[in-house]
Amino acid sequence: MDGIMSKNNSEYLIERNDNIYEVVIGLEVHAQVTSNSKLFSSSSTKFGAEPNTQVSLVDAAFPGMLPVINEYCVKQAIKTGIGLKAKINNKSVFDRKNYFYADLPQGYQISQYKYPIVGEGNVILDMPEGQKQVGIERLHLEQDAGKSIHDVDPSNTLVDLNRSGVALMEIVSKPDLRSPDEVNAYIKKLRSIMRYLGTCDGNMQEGSLRADVNVSVRIKGSTELGTRCEIKNVNSIKFMQMAIIYEANRQVDLIEEGDEIDQETRLFDTKKNETRSMRSKEDAHDYRYFPDPDLLPLEITDEFIDQLKSEIPELPDDKKKRFIDEFKISPYEATILVSDIDTAKYFEEVVAKMGKNRDMKLAVNWITGELFAVLNNKNIEIAQSPISAKNLAILINLIKNGTISGKIAKTIFELMLDGDKDPQIIVEEKGLKQQSDPKALEALIDKIINDNREKAIEYKQGKEKLFGFFVGQAMKASSGKANPQLINEILKKKL
Amino acid sequence: MTEITSLSLFELIKNIKEKKISSNEVTKSFVDRSEKSKKLNAYVTENFENCLKLSKEFDNKPNFDLKLPGIPIAVKDLFCTNEVRTTAGSNILNNFVPSYESTVTQNIWNEGGILLGKLNCDEFAMGSSNETSFFGNVQNPIAKDLVPGGSSGGSSSALAANLTPVTIGTDTGGSIRQPASFTGTVGLKPTYGSCSRYGIVAFASSLDQAGPMSKDVKDSSILLEVVSSFDKKDSTSIDFKRNNYSSELTRNIKGIKIGIPKEYRVDGMPNEIENLWKKGIEYAKDCGAEIIDISLPHTSYALPTYYIVAPAEASSNLARYDGVKYGLRSSGESLIDMYEKTRSEGFGEEVKRRIMIGTYVLSSGYYDAYYLKAQKVRQLIKQDFDQAYNKVDAILTPSTPSSAFKIGEKSNDPVSMYLNDIFTVPVNLAGLPGISIPAGTDKNNYPLGLQIIGKPFDEQTVLNIAYSMEEKIGYKNNITDWWME
Repeated sequence: MDGIMSKNNSEYLIERNDNIYEVVIGLEVHAQVTSNSKLFSSSSTKFGAEPNTQVSLVDAAFPGMLPVINEYCVKQAIKTGIGLKAKINNKSVFDRKNYFYADLPQGYQISQYKYPIVGEGNVILDMPEGQKQVGIERLHLEQDAGKSIHDVDPSNTLVDLNRSGVALMEIVSKPDLRSPDEVNAYIKKLRSIMRYLGTCDGNMQEGSLRADVNVSVRIKGSTELGTRCEIKNVNSIKFMQMAIIYEANRQVDLIEEGDEIDQETRLFDTKKNETRSMRSKEDAHDYRYFPDPDLLPLEITDEFIDQLKSEIPELPDDKKKRFIDEFKISPYEATILVSDIDTAKYFEEVVAKMGKNRDMKLAVNWITGELFAVLNNKNIEIAQSPISAKNLAILINLIKNGTISGKIAKTIFELMLDGDKDPQIIVEEKGLKQQSDPKALEALIDKIINDNREKAIEYKQGKEKLFGFFVGQAMKASSGKANPQLINEILKKKL
Repeated sequence: MTEITSLSLFELIKNIKEKKISSNEVTKSFVDRSEKSKKLNAYVTENFENCLKLSKEFDNKPNFDLKLPGIPIAVKDLFCTNEVRTTAGSNILNNFVPSYESTVTQNIWNEGGILLGKLNCDEFAMGSSNETSFFGNVQNPIAKDLVPGGSSGGSSSALAANLTPVTIGTDTGGSIRQPASFTGTVGLKPTYGSCSRYGIVAFASSLDQAGPMSKDVKDSSILLEVVSSFDKKDSTSIDFKRNNYSSELTRNIKGIKIGIPKEYRVDGMPNEIENLWKKGIEYAKDCGAEIIDISLPHTSYALPTYYIVAPAEASSNLARYDGVKYGLRSSGESLIDMYEKTRSEGFGEEVKRRIMIGTYVLSSGYYDAYYLKAQKVRQLIKQDFDQAYNKVDAILTPSTPSSAFKIGEKSNDPVSMYLNDIFTVPVNLAGLPGISIPAGTDKNNYPLGLQIIGKPFDEQTVLNIAYSMEEKIGYKNNITDWWME
C-alpha cells in the first residue's frame, strides 16, 4: 500500500502529504469459557451438535425460568484474570443488556456492566524490537446469544439456540496497540495464556475467540485520541489485520480531505476487504442496562481467589524465563517454544526423556525445524504429532552419542512418521548404525585411495577441493553410515 | 354436618385423616360448587376431571402422613403447571402449556394437594381489580359487580365463594393482601426469598413473592409450611430455618410490641378505615400486645418508588414474549413487524402502559433520575423498617385505603387504581412478611382488612398476632350465593 513507512518490523505508520499518522487500536475479545455447561444453566456447550439439542428451559427463556450462576465459569474467569495479572473484584454485578433479536430468547443478555468480575491487568508482548506491555481494562462474564441462520430456508430465518447462554469472557484492552502486528501478537498471547490456564480453547474456527476492534488514527506524536470506529465481531487474526489496515487508511483519507470521522459501528466485509457502516452513534441501541434482579451480586472472598491462585500453572512468561535460565536456550527459541502450551509440554517431555546427557541445541532444532515442518505440511497441531516426544528424544540421543549421523537421522525421522516407530528399532532393522570402527574405515579408505590413485596425486599437488570427492566416495561406499568425523580424520591422515 | 366446601383446610385435613370423608368426596363438592359458580369467572382453566381422577387414586392409596392429604387446591394462573395451560391472564400466553412445574406448586403436590384449576388474575399480575385479565372480570362473591381485588382476584373470589379450600397467590405490591382484604379472607405475603420464584411467571423479580390465601389464619400457617422452601433453582431464595408454622401457632402474644406508623394516616382516608384501624389497635391491646407509636418517614415515597422499580423490571421480564419461541405469534412482514404485531395484540393496555413506563425509566439519560433514585429511596424505606424494628416486633396498619369498589369504577384512572396499593407496597419494597386479615366492614357491609407487617423471616410472629386478633375480631363473611342459579 502506498505511503506506508516502516522503521522496524512491527511499526505501522501511514504517510499522507507529509503527515505521518499512527493507528490506535483497542480490542474487545470475546473468549468462550471452557466449561461443560452454560453460564446460567446445565445445558451442554459441546460444539457442532444438532441445532437446538443443547437448550434448556432457561436458555430458551421459558416463563418463570431463572438463571443460576455456574460456579465453574466464575472460577475460569478469575483464573483468566490472574493470568492477566489483573485485579479480581470481590464484588461484581450481573446486569441485563436489553435488546430484541430472534436469537436472544430472554430479550436481554446477562452481562456485567458497571462492576465486572476482573479489573485492570496487563499482557506482555514479545515483539521483534523488544517487549511491549498492553493494558487490560477489564474482563467480564456474559452470555452468548443463539445463532440466526438466514441461508437454509428460502423464506424464513431459522434460530439455533445451542449457543444461547454459553459463557463468554469479554476481555477489554486499553487502546495500547499500534499496528496489525501487535494485534497479531496480542491475540496470540491472550490465547496462549488462556490455553495454559485451560480457560478458553482459543479455537477461532469454532468461534471460541472473536473480537470487536476499535480503531482510530492520529498524527504520530499526538497524545490525544482520535474519534474511533468499532469493527464488530471479527473472527480471525488475518481479518482483524485486514480490517485495521482498511479502516485506518479510510480514516486518514477522511482527515486529509478535511472531513470528520463519525463515531460508529462498522462491519468488515471479508470478501470485499472493506469496512462498512452498520450504525451511527445516534442510532446506537439504548440497552437500558440495569442489575439483573434474578441474580445476587457475585461476592468472592480473598480465600477463594488465593485458592485459585494456587491452582494456576506456570504461565508463558514464567516458563520462558525458566527455559532460558535452566536450559540455556536463547530468548528467541524460548519464545517459540512457550507460545503454545502443547509445544512447551512436548519440548519439556523431550528434555526429560533425553536424560542426563541431553543436548538442548539438538532438541530445539529438531522440534522447531523438522517437526514443525511436518506439522505444517500436515496442517496438524503438535498435540497430534505423529512422532511422540519420547521417540524424538531417543532419536536425538542416537545422534548425540554418535550412533547415527545427522543425515541418517533425517532418514530415520521420515520412517518414524509412519506409526511413531522407535528409532532404535529402525536403526537395527535397516542396519543404519553409524560405522565408527577406525580399522574398518581405514580399510575402506585405503581401497578408495587405491582405486583413485590419480585423484589422490592431484590432491597432494594442491587440488584441495578433491577432498570432498573422497569424503563422498567413502560415504557412498558405506551407504552413508560412515561416521563423517572419523572419515575426515582418516582421509587427512592418509592423503 | 356443615357443607364440605365451607370447612376450613384444617377441618378438611382432620376429616380426611380420620376417614370421615374421602378426598374424592371433598373434590366432588368443590368441583360441583365451582361448576355452579361460573358467573364469578374465577377460573381460567379447569382441571376438574383430572382432579377427580387423582382424588380417587389418593383414596385408593391414601397417605395420611402428608400435610395436604388429597386436598384439591386451585391456584393463581401465574404458577406454571406441568401439562396444564398457564396464561398469566394474558392473550400472549393464551395457549401456553408448560412442560414443567413451579417449585411452589410442586411443594403442594408433594404434600398430597391436587390441582383443581387455574385461577384468573390481572394480566401478568399487573392490576388491583382483576380487570386487566384477558379472560375478563372476576366477580367478588361479596356483592354483584364488585371487584375481588387484584391481581390475585380469581384466587380471592374462589376462596371467598368456597370454590377452593385454600389457594396461593403472588404479591408484588399487594396482590395477595389487597384481594384478601376485599373478600374478607386471609392473605399472607411471606418474606422475599421465602418461597421460590422458580416457575412463576415473572412480573417484577425483586418484589414478586408467592404466598397462601385462606379463610382463616391457621389455614395460612398450614399452607405456608408447605410452600415455603429453600430452592437452588432460584438464586434469590434464602436458606433460613423455617418454622413448623402451624404447630408453633399460638394466641399467646402477651408483651409483643406492635408499632403504629403515623405516616399511614393518609390524607383523604375514609373514616371507616381510620375507625377500623383504631378498633384493630384495641383488639391488639386486648390480646396482650403493647402498642407503640412509630414513624416510617419515607412512606409517602413508597408508591412512586414502586411504580418505577416494578415497571422497570417488568419491561425487561416481559421482553421474552416476542412470538419467537412460544405463545402468541402474529404474522408480520419482517422480524420487527412480527414483534410489534405480536406484542400489540398479545398484551393488554395496562401491561403496555407499564412496559412503556419501565422502558422510559431505564433509558439512558433517565436511568439516574428515576431507576437509580428509586433504588436509593427503596433503601431508605427498608431502613425505616429496620429502625422501627429496633423498637417493635410487628407493625399494624390498614390493608387498603378503601373497601372493594365497583367493576369499571376505576379502570379509566390508573393513578387512583395504583393508590390502592399505598399500604401494601412498602412491605414489598422492604421484602418483609405481611398478612391481611378481615377486621370489619364498611357502610355497605363490604369487608375491610388489617395488615400486620413483621420482621424479615418472622412469619411466625405475624401469624401469631393475626391468629390472636382473628379470634377477638370474630369476623364472618356473609355470602349469599347470589351468583348461583
